[in-house]
Amino acid sequence: MRLRLEGIGKRFGETAVLSDVSLSLGSGEVHALLGHNGAGKSTLMRIVLGLETATAGRMTLDDAPYAPSSARAARALGVVMVPQERTACGHLTVAENILLGHEPTRFGVISPRERDARASRALAFAAGDAHRIALGARVRDLSVAEVQLVEIARALAQAGIDHDGVTRARLLVLDEPTSSLAKDDAHRLFANVRKMASGGLSVILVTHFLNDVPRHADRYTVLRDGAVVARGDARAVTPDALVKALLGESAGATERAVSNATAGKTLLAHGGFAVRGGEIVGIAGLVGSGRSRLLRELLTAQGAPRIGLLSEDRGGEGLMLDRSIADNIVLSPRGAQWLPPGKANAAAARWLDELAIRAKGPDQRVRDLSGGNQQKVQLARLLREDFDLLLVDEPTRGIDLSSKRQVLALFGELASRGKAIVLVSSQFDELLAVCHRIAVLRRGVLGEFRSAEDWNEEALLLEAAS
Amino acid sequence: MRSAARKLPSWIGPLVALLVVYALFAVLAPDTFLRGANTASMAQRTVVVAVCSLGMTMVIATGGIDLATGSLVALTTVLVAKLLTKGVSPAVACLLAVGAATTLGAFVGLVIGRFKMLPFVVTLGSMSMLRGLAKGIASEQKIDCDPRGIDRLVAATHVVSPSLWASLALAIVVGVVLTGTRFGRHVFAVGSNEATARLVGINTARVKVLVYAASSLLAGVAGIFEFATLTVGDPTDAIGLELKVIAAVVIGGGSLSGGEGSVVGALLGALLMTVIETGGVHLGMPGWVQEIVAGAIIVLAVALDRARARRAA
Repeated sequence: MRLRLEGIGKRFGETAVLSDVSLSLGSGEVHALLGHNGAGKSTLMRIVLGLETATAGRMTLDDAPYAPSSARAARALGVVMVPQERTACGHLTVAENILLGHEPTRFGVISPRERDARASRALAFAAGDAHRIALGARVRDLSVAEVQLVEIARALAQAGIDHDGVTRARLLVLDEPTSSLAKDDAHRLFANVRKMASGGLSVILVTHFLNDVPRHADRYTVLRDGAVVARGDARAVTPDALVKALLGESAGATERAVSNATAGKTLLAHGGFAVRGGEIVGIAGLVGSGRSRLLRELLTAQGAPRIGLLSEDRGGEGLMLDRSIADNIVLSPRGAQWLPPGKANAAAARWLDELAIRAKGPDQRVRDLSGGNQQKVQLARLLREDFDLLLVDEPTRGIDLSSKRQVLALFGELASRGKAIVLVSSQFDELLAVCHRIAVLRRGVLGEFRSAEDWNEEALLLEAAS
Repeated sequence: MRSAARKLPSWIGPLVALLVVYALFAVLAPDTFLRGANTASMAQRTVVVAVCSLGMTMVIATGGIDLATGSLVALTTVLVAKLLTKGVSPAVACLLAVGAATTLGAFVGLVIGRFKMLPFVVTLGSMSMLRGLAKGIASEQKIDCDPRGIDRLVAATHVVSPSLWASLALAIVVGVVLTGTRFGRHVFAVGSNEATARLVGINTARVKVLVYAASSLLAGVAGIFEFATLTVGDPTDAIGLELKVIAAVVIGGGSLSGGEGSVVGALLGALLMTVIETGGVHLGMPGWVQEIVAGAIIVLAVALDRARARRAA
């Protein structure tokens, strides 16, 4: 066994985050790890990577006791991770990024030739066709998918790369690797992961995407409330079964969460695009299809009503992560000028209740909330403004299933109250679940709108990805 | 205890530092340092830095910086003196000088906000330009004049001086604006995440114009108090003042990356520096030792504050 966890437990003060978690992983195995935000996936991975220490249980790596005291110690033993968010330095080149902190030197001076040779080997291992990414290119000029490959190469290089181009890494943790990738890029990534695994590298794939499990993993483990609730052969599992495991009792397929549209007056007409009150209009688009540009266009369209935008980039644009929930919710260019903390907190507390946001209180820093609760804070700000039309960009990215359901149900409720919603998403199941009309956006061109009943997931994908 | 630690206001650290340093000097030089007259005189000597730090708190909360504060204070003393020598009444002279400072600040804010230039670069430029302007107006020498009552602003006429009362009032106004108004929230929002502020529909350029104008208005007021103390217009006055002001804000919990800072903290930071300076004099410390101690205190205060913030998070 490459990695074996036995009875791992972790407590923070009074609260148990993990209890009696066991997991084993063979050499060359791709193991999918699933669970809601807050189910304990991150904590478990932090223990494996040496960023936390378990309060109970033991681990072995290749049958030797394994208890890394730091990320550096884990790296030295060949255990590395590529985080969900991109962390490469945009100003540096590809080669500089891959060997950052491990630059080969000769007489104390960096040797560019040796660096490029090692970077090239790492990239070849991580990306297969490494030569498509120039070693001298600045990372800020690369696509998201390319930056991710650079980061995988960096993780492998940190563990060490032999001269024959084989990494000394033994276990690679990929945290939500496809959450910001378009389908094609995701497929390419998984093909490379499979190739790396066939060379003996073990991979833990932390993911929200249920379909990735049977397609790309060998085995899977589902965590709920800090404990293992399901595990088994990934190729034999169905998404339905995974949903049941993730949700427990309350499982069930995503049903249509909306009633039929009550045609209100037209709120926005732009080009061939019109939205009426009471309507949820879906735009199906993959990454790079021009979604964000279309939204900005609508936002500034002539004669537009007051429009609110839910940004897809929660941390970068949507929220002030280091300020309180209340500060985020009441942030607005409109409203009363006199807004002391007491008043702001009271306003925010109402929304915490209304949207079932799990937080210590309106004073809590948004950064300390889970993804799902952060998204609800962003929504609360829009709802407080009482916009007639909401533009919603990838509202469920990186949030857990129950938050996703709540958010989608909320859209249905808003529409029934006469609001209009434009939902842009690459998650076609959610478009089908809540939209009245859907069109596909491809290479910046918006296709024909059809009633949601006339679409299915395959048809949307076929048109979006062709 | 975690949540309790979070509820403490951010200025609790500088308050403790101030009390500790004060107590230290009180023990080391009890006969001179503890006198009531000394306390009043320390407060009076803090006035200029304190008033400037009110504006700097706003600027730093937006993630900006204003390096032209010292130049603006000097320019204001020169303008007041020049106007007085021309026979303008003292009240009008003060109003015109502060008005000029505010206008110049609004212009700087416009360049920073509208043309999206780095505050450091723009105010580095305006620091030099305003200093040059002050020297030009004063023909590169001090302007002697009859202060015609302006000097009474710094005389302890109502328990303490009118300037001290005015500073307190200004501090309350700025404090309330920053914590209790929508505009105050916009100031912190611009510094915390400008993209969010823009997304929400806040006119971030306008916020910056207003913040730099307010900061310059306050520097103008500080300039009046400086003139009241000097009773001359001095174009070479207050060189490096902005660094003391920035230090006060940062000691008080302001973060140069924006989104943080408080008026109470900045005032405590300003007082802390005066206390160290005065205490050093009372102990007969040489000037160079005082400078080293003052510098060390700045770094130490901020380091302690960051450690506290990390524990609370």
